[in-house]
Amino acid sequence: MTRFSRFMESFAAILLAVVWISPLMFAVWAAFHSTSDAVNFNLSSAWVLDNFRTAWSGAPWLQYFLNTFLLVTVVLIGQFILTTLAGFAFAKLEFPGKGFVFVLVLMQLFILPEVLIVENYAMVSRLGLFDSILGVGMPYMASAFGIFLMRQSFKSVPMELHEAARIEGCSLLGILWHVYVPLAKPTYLAYALVSVSTHWNNFLWPLIVTNSPETRPLTVGLSIFGAPENGVDISVISAATLMSVAPLLFAFLIFQRQFVQAFLRAGIK
Amino acid sequence: MAERVNIERRRQAIYGWLLLSPAMILLSIFAFYPTLATLWSSLFSRGTRRRASEFVGTENYADLFADPTFWLVVQNNLLYAAITIPVSIAIALAMALWANSKISARGFIRTAYFTPTVLPMIAAANLWLFFYTPGLGVLDQIGSLFGLPSINWLGQPETALWAIIIVTIWKEAGFFMIFYLAALQTIPEDLKEAADIEGTSRWTYLRRIVLPLLMPTTLFIVVNAMINSVKLIDHLFILTKGGPSDASKLILYYIWEMAFAFFDAPHAAGMTILVLAVLCIVATIQFFYIDRRTHYQ
Repeated sequence: MTRFSRFMESFAAILLAVVWISPLMFAVWAAFHSTSDAVNFNLSSAWVLDNFRTAWSGAPWLQYFLNTFLLVTVVLIGQFILTTLAGFAFAKLEFPGKGFVFVLVLMQLFILPEVLIVENYAMVSRLGLFDSILGVGMPYMASAFGIFLMRQSFKSVPMELHEAARIEGCSLLGILWHVYVPLAKPTYLAYALVSVSTHWNNFLWPLIVTNSPETRPLTVGLSIFGAPENGVDISVISAATLMSVAPLLFAFLIFQRQFVQAFLRAGIK
Repeated sequence: MAERVNIERRRQAIYGWLLLSPAMILLSIFAFYPTLATLWSSLFSRGTRRRASEFVGTENYADLFADPTFWLVVQNNLLYAAITIPVSIAIALAMALWANSKISARGFIRTAYFTPTVLPMIAAANLWLFFYTPGLGVLDQIGSLFGLPSINWLGQPETALWAIIIVTIWKEAGFFMIFYLAALQTIPEDLKEAADIEGTSRWTYLRRIVLPLLMPTTLFIVVNAMINSVKLIDHLFILTKGGPSDASKLILYYIWEMAFAFFDAPHAAGMTILVLAVLCIVATIQFFYIDRRTHYQ
């Protein structure tokens, strides 16, 4: 391996990294400069916070943040409960019809909720959940992916622990709660990270189901704020974009290792 | 004794169904019933105030097949898939190989590659807007340094879809890299050592040993990328809205538009069914591949 080709490879890798991060860097640049300084790449110009002030006062961001936070929380709690129960049933109980139901669940991996928007919209309206955070979150709670993940995790728990708890006089739900759930903690963490980042970023379905600032999540709020009809300039849009991605981005930078491992754990079935 | 086994069996059946029921109810409400309802409503005409909706059989599908926009959108989506899938996978592989090798600034490289994955597609689109805007955008400014004319990347039919494709590749390559990175770490070190002793070139080692070992991962990523080529359309809302003159419109966006902008639910339902049929084919391939992999073990 020659030193030159080693150097060229490092160079290519770093170049790709710079290209990959540059959209974000340009947004940072634009957000902290006045529009004319930003587009002229006036390197000596002053760093200002005006864009953030303008962006912040232009939309009910605090409400949007709160909505997104509530949404990811509601979805996550629902998913934890439903996938734990169903995953446990699939992993450790024997009952007629299990194989058939499992295939049905697996089918849902491919019936994307995104594709069924028309009928799901009708269903949510029928249930009286239109324009509510529960309505945005509910279609995602019985996640086939989560059920599958929990089943795999519970399957690896040795039967001896289960038997021991039963001899101690633990009920079935007690065993699930005291034996299985604590042992599956890493899986829960991985699943939580994937779920939170998915629903923090989700757009199409919330766009359809929400209709007021009281329920709208950040992504939908951001798209409305940045719409060309509103005539906001590139610096203000950049500031608003950075504001709305900041919490997740900082969380990612701090917990980078866990984040990557979570995606790995969730991806390798 | 036999009676106790019987009781135990019945107990497990009751508990099994009880534990499953919440998930099954929600899956029925938001996946199985809507699928059937979509199929059903795709067979009816659109009800208007004057004429009630009536059974029309496959007429909605015939309309779709006669609609040039539909074929344009299908063609766009095929191109979208045909470019984003291989390119993002190739870039992901290069990223993983680099992020896994002893290279300087590895931490920075990994972070830079992966960051787009944690951003919402809407935010990503806003970031790229700054690149594509004619005159003021970064691309045009770089071009003007070399004396190139200003190009309205998002505003002309020849480039709009490509601009969309680039954002998608940028967004998903880092995500796929993670899977390759995991797979690379399971390749035993002694294979590399043996190859070195034999004097194998790095290129041959990559082509003959690493790539075949990564094959299952690649298949997994291909399936994911196929699903993404249907699902990833959020940036259209910001960047082009499917235009100009439908040049960058993708199927899911067209379904949304049909249902929620033109209020034509039956045709949207017809398209949904066609998409589901394609996804079913992908699912079959996936199951087939899972089957094969279990044979290997």
